[in-house]
Amino acid sequence: MPKEIPPDSVGIVKPEVAYFDEPIKLDCGRTLPKYHITYETYGTLNADKSNALLICHALSGDHHAAGYHHMEDRKPGWWNNYIGPGKPIDTNRFFVISSHNIGGCRGSTGPNTMNPDTKKPYGPNFPIVTVRDWVQTQHKLGQYLGIEKWAGVIGGSLGGMQALQWSIDYPDDLRHCIVIAAAPKLTAQNIAFNEVARQAILRDPEFHDGHFYEKGVIPHRGLMLARMLGHITYLSDVGMRKKFGRELKEGKLNYGFDEAEFQIESYLRYQGRSFAERSGFDANTYLLMTKVLDYFDPANKHDHNLGEALAHVTADFFVLSFTSDWRFSPARSEEIVRALTSQKKNVSYMAIRANDGHDAFLIPNPVYRQVFDAYMQRIKV
Amino acid sequence: MTLRTDLALISEWIEPGSHILDLGCGDGTLLAYLRDTRQVTGYGLEINEDNIVQCVKSGINVIQFDLNDLDKGLCDFNENAFDYVVMTQALQTIGHPNFLLMEMLRVGKQGIVTFPNFGHWGCRLSLGFSGKMPVSPALPGQWYETENIHLCTLRDFENLCEEQGLEILQRSVVDPDHRTRFMMTLLPNLFGEFALYRFQRRPQ
Repeated sequence: MPKEIPPDSVGIVKPEVAYFDEPIKLDCGRTLPKYHITYETYGTLNADKSNALLICHALSGDHHAAGYHHMEDRKPGWWNNYIGPGKPIDTNRFFVISSHNIGGCRGSTGPNTMNPDTKKPYGPNFPIVTVRDWVQTQHKLGQYLGIEKWAGVIGGSLGGMQALQWSIDYPDDLRHCIVIAAAPKLTAQNIAFNEVARQAILRDPEFHDGHFYEKGVIPHRGLMLARMLGHITYLSDVGMRKKFGRELKEGKLNYGFDEAEFQIESYLRYQGRSFAERSGFDANTYLLMTKVLDYFDPANKHDHNLGEALAHVTADFFVLSFTSDWRFSPARSEEIVRALTSQKKNVSYMAIRANDGHDAFLIPNPVYRQVFDAYMQRIKV
Repeated sequence: MTLRTDLALISEWIEPGSHILDLGCGDGTLLAYLRDTRQVTGYGLEINEDNIVQCVKSGINVIQFDLNDLDKGLCDFNENAFDYVVMTQALQTIGHPNFLLMEMLRVGKQGIVTFPNFGHWGCRLSLGFSGKMPVSPALPGQWYETENIHLCTLRDFENLCEEQGLEILQRSVVDPDHRTRFMMTLLPNLFGEFALYRFQRRPQ
């Protein structure tokens, strides 16, 4: 919790909600009769509305990207290291909008929202959404807020994929597209990890086919396992070795299975439990998010040629990857860069040296900050 | 705007509105100059972090890339994707310059390279009389710390072009201040300290 608000923080922020009563047709063929999107804004929209940036969040993220909700808040928003006055996403220059995707569980319409037809939570009946659906709903949010052309759309990981999709679906509505630690589609290995996470949740006896709300329980074991597995893929071998090594919690082996003996076990259990119990993350949302990732493949409709998929984009691109990220390795970002250069699009790319694995996009790093800052300064407002 | 004279010479060789690839683009000076004066588009490839940041600052397209990754070559780019592929003062630092020259002409219609001439009389004197590797403004750094691992003379380069089926379209020979003096035009391999070449595949 902050004792006082640091000068480079956006300070205390308050989420807002936009309600949309017009039905929206989703990729899966189903229609949401109405929906709402929770979002936060930082900074001020300028007179000609040319300084609006849209932030897209990752798998377990949400609209709370920067600042604190109140002075007792334990942690600031998920991208607080890079959003704020004087930071790369400089709230003195930009009007930043961070929205929560539908299908989520922290404020926008999702499985834990009341279904107007049944007067019960949607639960497992919430339609499976796609990155395109998210982009469509964010486009509606932009219209609602009076923003016709974004100065930039920015995201990391799944959020980076969403930024990429933006440039394809609404090529004239953004000037810059910033894609960080992302990939043009998942590999078999990526999907495999997602499948293990899903099975952990689906097979938890307290999942009740997704109807756990009525039973007053949560499938915390499944969520915990899914998060522990996910967490391993967010870190790197070298990062884990540096942070935990083979350090023992009690300094000795206990010759048993119950207690976490190695520090890494203790850390993973803590992360898993905290995610499943304290954060209140919804199991149906977790399943949905992994599907969104698995289905993402903008080149699919273009005979698997990503260059073709990007033929009509007009935005300038900035692509970043991290050397120790093995979930979406630099080679995956380079596929995006290659597709863009094949179409003679403006793109700059850097693989930042970092030990923090996939999580590196969230963590302070001088070179990352420097080059991110240099690019953001280029965006005219 | 003051521009290194070798870069100024190169830019005169480049048609306005071209699409170019600059291998080892440094801080992006050449690309920025070509963008501002000749409406050139394209990308710079660079490995050094500080240089990449500088390029991003100056608003050019820079892509982190290791030119010494031989397995890769320039495979990230399609055939004939560029009007020119430029490489200034880097040929002598590359692990397999012969391979890279062919790659340059796979992805580009024409290639432009500049490099220090190891046939310059100063180098010959240093080796011939003192028996030591030359150190000069054109070749700073001792043998054990220099990045230059494949130094060549003008004649070496031209022989390689001949062997690899490359046609030299233009050559310029200059001193470290990038001026061309009379003796250089007469005996370029003896008096030229830096060489600039523009070349293409020999028409079949």
